[in-house]
Amino acid sequence: MVNDTATRTGVELRGLVKTFRSADGPVRAVRGIDVTIAAGQTVALLGPNGAGKSTTIDMLLGLAEPDAGSVSVFGMAPTAAIDAGAVGAMLQTGALVRDLTVRELVTMMASLYPAPMAVEEVLELAGIEQIAAQRTNKLSGGQTQRVRAAVALVSDPGLLVLDEPTVAMDVEGRHAFWTTMRAFAARGKTIVFATHYLDEADAYADRAVLMARGRVVADGPTTEIKAMVGARTIRATLPDVPLSALGRLPGVVNADRHGDAVILACSDSDAAVRALLDEHAEARDLEISGAGLEQAFLQLTGGEDDDEHDPRGDSAAAAEETLR
Amino acid sequence: MNATYMRFELLRTFRNGRFFIFSFAFPLILFFVIAGPNKGETDFEGTGISAPLYYMIGLAAFGAMMATISSGARIAGERSVGWNRQLRITPLHAGSYLGAKVLTAYVMATLSILLMYAAGTILGVRLAAADWLAMTGLILVGLIPFAALGVLIGHLLTVDSIGPVMGGVASLLALLGGTWFPVTSGFMYDLARCLPSYWLVQASHVSIGGGGWGAQGWAVIAAWSVVLSLLAARAYRRDTKRV
Ligand SMILES: Nc1ncnc2c1ncn2[C@@H]1O[C@H](COP(=O)(O)OP(=O)(O)O)[C@@H](O)[C@H]1O
Ligand SMILES: [Mg+2]
Repeated sequence: MVNDTATRTGVELRGLVKTFRSADGPVRAVRGIDVTIAAGQTVALLGPNGAGKSTTIDMLLGLAEPDAGSVSVFGMAPTAAIDAGAVGAMLQTGALVRDLTVRELVTMMASLYPAPMAVEEVLELAGIEQIAAQRTNKLSGGQTQRVRAAVALVSDPGLLVLDEPTVAMDVEGRHAFWTTMRAFAARGKTIVFATHYLDEADAYADRAVLMARGRVVADGPTTEIKAMVGARTIRATLPDVPLSALGRLPGVVNADRHGDAVILACSDSDAAVRALLDEHAEARDLEISGAGLEQAFLQLTGGEDDDEHDPRGDSAAAAEETLR
Repeated sequence: MNATYMRFELLRTFRNGRFFIFSFAFPLILFFVIAGPNKGETDFEGTGISAPLYYMIGLAAFGAMMATISSGARIAGERSVGWNRQLRITPLHAGSYLGAKVLTAYVMATLSILLMYAAGTILGVRLAAADWLAMTGLILVGLIPFAALGVLIGHLLTVDSIGPVMGGVASLLALLGGTWFPVTSGFMYDLARCLPSYWLVQASHVSIGGGGWGAQGWAVIAAWSVVLSLLAARAYRRDTKRV
């Protein structure tokens, strides 16, 4: 839809603010977000539950009106970009309408756009040819997500927005899903996806925008972001080894001891665990844990907003570890 | 209007079995249960017309009303899975979306009316062609407020609450409108004459020499149509939130 002579800016979010009213006072879901995404980039909105990712996406798609700030998509207002067929999205919550086959549903959605992909091409891209004749209300969770992906892709959009698209999928499903998205990104498309998995952002995005409590707390190449929040800890029972020897292991930045247990803070836990087992085969009860996004974000933000009413859900986050 | 979209919208509605039961089977069963035993009665309750004819026209109006309002249930169902938000991020315009809903509602209402006519014919109802046509035409116009009401409640209510509300509102409107027995005097009469359902039933009564609508009928239908359409459009516009 959007040709290459158009502006190279994909998405521009300027000073976005959104506050919801709720029974226990206003919820400041988004508190001033500035993000510019170049056309062709794949960017992760990374943050724990309640960070404001979905609210930001709603504003990006014109589904919610910002209290302040502006959104532009390929230089247009969201509604204009949508009318041009330049935007496809998989929203966080949502299922499919029932009583149609997968192929019928995709055909129906294709008919709404000015220059859609061929239906067969979308089915293939999303990997759903095999279930094309099934009714939409007879699909598994993972299959439903793939059909929703096809619905998002069918307009051949310049911008694809995905809100935690892989949450209901198993490992294999995730892999297939991201293979599809990579193939799509390779066509020069802009992709913005929300996730609370650091590894997902790391593996599939060029850049991660870290969100917490409605603000952007860090923004940069995923490698940098990973280094900032991806710190992991190795815990092992290892009584008789001096801490200094452990501190010198590759990937370890700090070593500590609690009785028989040692605790190694790592910048690269993979290298550290290999070296540890190589040199100290007697190490037992190994545990590797991620700091968790929530904890990392609290460190990054320094708890600066504690005097204000926090968006609900902040504290409930990070139950899901970044370590998979 | 997008023909492909319209085609699948209709296909989807036809494939929904539950919907068929409520919109089509229910009025038909009622008709046979109520009118069947009195099939031979040619002067029903002193109205001068046969019992099957009396109930056929009443239930045709009622069934059509139910079929039209029940587009609301389909809308609420779609909203509950976030489908209206998905449609909003396509180029499908409000006019086409609402147009498809109203057209589908009318197709269902027309089918329900035709089925009721067929049932009436089975129990011996005979009318002049002009009467069939006049009655059908007026009923279809009288359904406009109900089509708007369907869209309105579909976008206001949740999938759980819409069933009871729809049933309650429709039954009350049908009752006050004179589907089951004629409302002819007193406060109830004055109230009834302000309701669209009263005129819907009157529309069906043109076939048995009823007076048609007159100025008040047209005014009431027009007023309800405008008000409910505006409210429906407003409910649709505001309905962008996650549910
Ligand atoms: N319609 C709403 N009414 C009240 N609060 C809301 C509403 N939508 C979202 N919120 C709140 O706004 C905050 C941000 O939510 P959300 O954008 O969904 O975060 P995320 O997608 O990052 O998990 C949360 O605290 C959430 O409870
Ligand atoms: Mg979310």
